Amino acid sequence: MTNSSNSMRTPMGKVRYLGSAKSGTHHAWMMRVTSAALVPLTIAFVWILLGLVGKDYNTVRETLGSPFPAILMLLFVIAGIYHMKLGMQTIIEDYVHGDHAKTWSLFANSFFSYAVGLACIYAILRISFV
Amino acid sequence: MAEVNTRPANPESRRPLSPHLGIYRPMLTMMMSITHRITGVALYLGTLLLAWWLLSAATGAKAFATADWFMASPVGRLILFGFTWSLFHHLLGGLRHFIWDLGRGMEHPEREYLAQATAVGGVVLTVLVWVAAYMVR
Repeated sequence: MTNSSNSMRTPMGKVRYLGSAKSGTHHAWMMRVTSAALVPLTIAFVWILLGLVGKDYNTVRETLGSPFPAILMLLFVIAGIYHMKLGMQTIIEDYVHGDHAKTWSLFANSFFSYAVGLACIYAILRISFV
Repeated sequence: MAEVNTRPANPESRRPLSPHLGIYRPMLTMMMSITHRITGVALYLGTLLLAWWLLSAATGAKAFATADWFMASPVGRLILFGFTWSLFHHLLGGLRHFIWDLGRGMEHPEREYLAQATAVGGVVLTVLVWVAAYMVR
């Protein structure tokens, strides 16, 4: 707390009546939202991949590039990546205790999640449009 | 607040710690909690495989053949089998969490039934999908 030694006001007094950040349950709530979305999307994902087992390159591209499977795959990737980023964040917060180690782990979690997520989205869009 | 001496000279005067993993006898509900995390991490890393496969299909026939070769190899199949099991085990674990969110299934014996259903259901669904995969191939 800056200037705490120069002020008579307590930290509590400074923030009182300013309201909460109203984001305290955001992590837990988004975990539920993505979980709910992932129940049907996971079934769709497995169903699509089952249909592609042993298929040749052109058939795989044709299937993945058609609207319905492509949209379902995109939704699965978006919900899944968001979900796994939240989950890994919880694991890091539970087990990584050093300040630096925790900060860098959370950085790495974000970088990994966004990079892999974007790679998947790019690939699906490229298969669909190129 | 008074300072808590965590390493006093007399071990018997140590303050009690909150019970943790090492204290409990292994239980099915505990194992399902642990495997939920482990399968979550497995799926996290498994997204690399999904990204590779999708990118290979986006890149061209040659790249796709390489990815396809790996997935069909014994090691690739083993990883994909593990990925499938992780997916279903984690999915059922998630459904169990939804039941708990509704305030149900936390008492004995319901929680044991749910743990058993998660453990058995994950394996059954995995085997079913792989039987289907070998049939449609």
